[in-house]
Amino acid sequence: MQYTRKVIDHYTNPRNVGKIADANGVGEVGNPVCGDIMKIYLKIEDNIIKDVKFKTFGCGAAIATSSVSTEMIKGKTVEEALKLTNKQVVDELDGLPPVKIHCSLLAEEAIKEAIVDYYVRSGKTEEEARKMCGLKPKGCEHCHHEQDETEE
Amino acid sequence: MKVRYFDNAATTKVDERVFEAMKPFLTSEFGNPSSIYSIGRETKKKVEDARETVAKCINAQPKEIYFTSCGSESDNTAVKGIAYANRQKGNHIITSKIEHPAILNTCKQLEKEGFEVSYINVDKNGIIDLNELERNIKDTTILITVMFANNEIGTIEPIKEIGQIAKKHNIIFHTDAVQAVGSIKIDVEDLGIDALSMSAHKFHGPKGVGALYVKSNVKFNKIIDGGHQERNKRAGTENVAGIVGLAKALEIANNDIEKNAKYLKELRDYYIKSIEEKIKFVKLNGDREKRLPSNANFSFRFIEGESLLLNLDLKGICASSGSACTSGTLDPSHVLLAIGLKHEIAHGSLRVSFGIDNTKEDVDYLIDSLVEIINRLREMSPLYEDFVEGRYELDEM
Repeated sequence: MQYTRKVIDHYTNPRNVGKIADANGVGEVGNPVCGDIMKIYLKIEDNIIKDVKFKTFGCGAAIATSSVSTEMIKGKTVEEALKLTNKQVVDELDGLPPVKIHCSLLAEEAIKEAIVDYYVRSGKTEEEARKMCGLKPKGCEHCHHEQDETEE
Repeated sequence: MKVRYFDNAATTKVDERVFEAMKPFLTSEFGNPSSIYSIGRETKKKVEDARETVAKCINAQPKEIYFTSCGSESDNTAVKGIAYANRQKGNHIITSKIEHPAILNTCKQLEKEGFEVSYINVDKNGIIDLNELERNIKDTTILITVMFANNEIGTIEPIKEIGQIAKKHNIIFHTDAVQAVGSIKIDVEDLGIDALSMSAHKFHGPKGVGALYVKSNVKFNKIIDGGHQERNKRAGTENVAGIVGLAKALEIANNDIEKNAKYLKELRDYYIKSIEEKIKFVKLNGDREKRLPSNANFSFRFIEGESLLLNLDLKGICASSGSACTSGTLDPSHVLLAIGLKHEIAHGSLRVSFGIDNTKEDVDYLIDSLVEIINRLREMSPLYEDFVEGRYELDEM
């Protein structure tokens, strides 16, 4: 498997690893059975993402996409962060091997889940918040085991 | 950076003496063994000498050895060849759940062709359930194929006992011994083996050459059609250099087998002991005693294998993992699942397979690197955070 220089750089020296004690938006996606979990912590003030940290259980691509996407949303408004797509994440890394594209989806969704949590803490209902973030009701959409129909 | 190689179950470096033995057959001694003139006859003689060497190393007859292109071809020829040739007797094959894909996928193909295959369970250490194996035998059973030693977890199967069961029921017994040949003494007569696969590059021989032993009274069909090479059982101009290399490598490995096993076991047991002392929440996969001298396979909780391998690679360390992300499929290794590991534990596995070129200093470097990398990956792991903060129960592994 060939990773780009940028992917290697990010899994070698991941940015923004850790947790934020007083985070006001936390999102976690993935599942240990699939082999990847991504957790994003946000500190949002005046609608601006002041700080962001992540923790990831997963492969090199999962770590790199977490790392680069935290860089991409830091200092942005909540609305800007919601516009982040997995394609932008992949482009920022100069590409990912096809079998690793789901990792970039994970990053996009983890950020959205963290913003849902922020909206809920700000008084929105879960349903409203998910709608505002363009998310379906909670599920494991990227999980391999639901995609793979040949799975026993 | 110095490369430290701990993946000898994947492949090994060609021994210098083997390379020297092969060289003439890649240059001056290029004759086709099927040709009638002198340089053809000479290479033919070398192929036959190699056959004799291989036969001697496993206590077989030279006429029972067939050269192939690799371990997978040996497995395909044994399983398909025996199945096709014995179809009038029955269509049932017994194998295990932890075989190499060369056996499992061959069996799956035969199922599509109307054969019936029973896949026998293994215990938590990877040892086949002999009672279940015997219970599955029926009138139509024509072949039992069980690996000698597992490539991922290193578990050595009870080959002699399987040979006895096969003999009692008059069934042909094949073993994929690709991981065992050259590191465990094998006597096919004593063990009751009817067919056995091997591959040169696993014991410091070249890639692209394997061998298959089939006992003289066992019928099998040829799989590669063409000329009359290998007593009309495997067509194709002989890979003379490869065959000479295989025989030379096996001869060297067999001569040094006890010395090498002792050395590798020392490295392996030192590594296992150190990891268990220095890193928490680990599980050794495979049997502690019935284990290849070179193999150590650990699951490290809360981390994923591919990121572990990438970090090891940055330190010049070559090893292997059973995680889904390294297998090219979406599931972790079938072997780790068959021994009962949960998916998330299987994802965090690391196989190291030592070689005679490794030193204790190499192993120390590996251990120190693992301690550092695993700590770092755990600090980055949300599963570990959940565990530390009491949201994740550590269940039985």
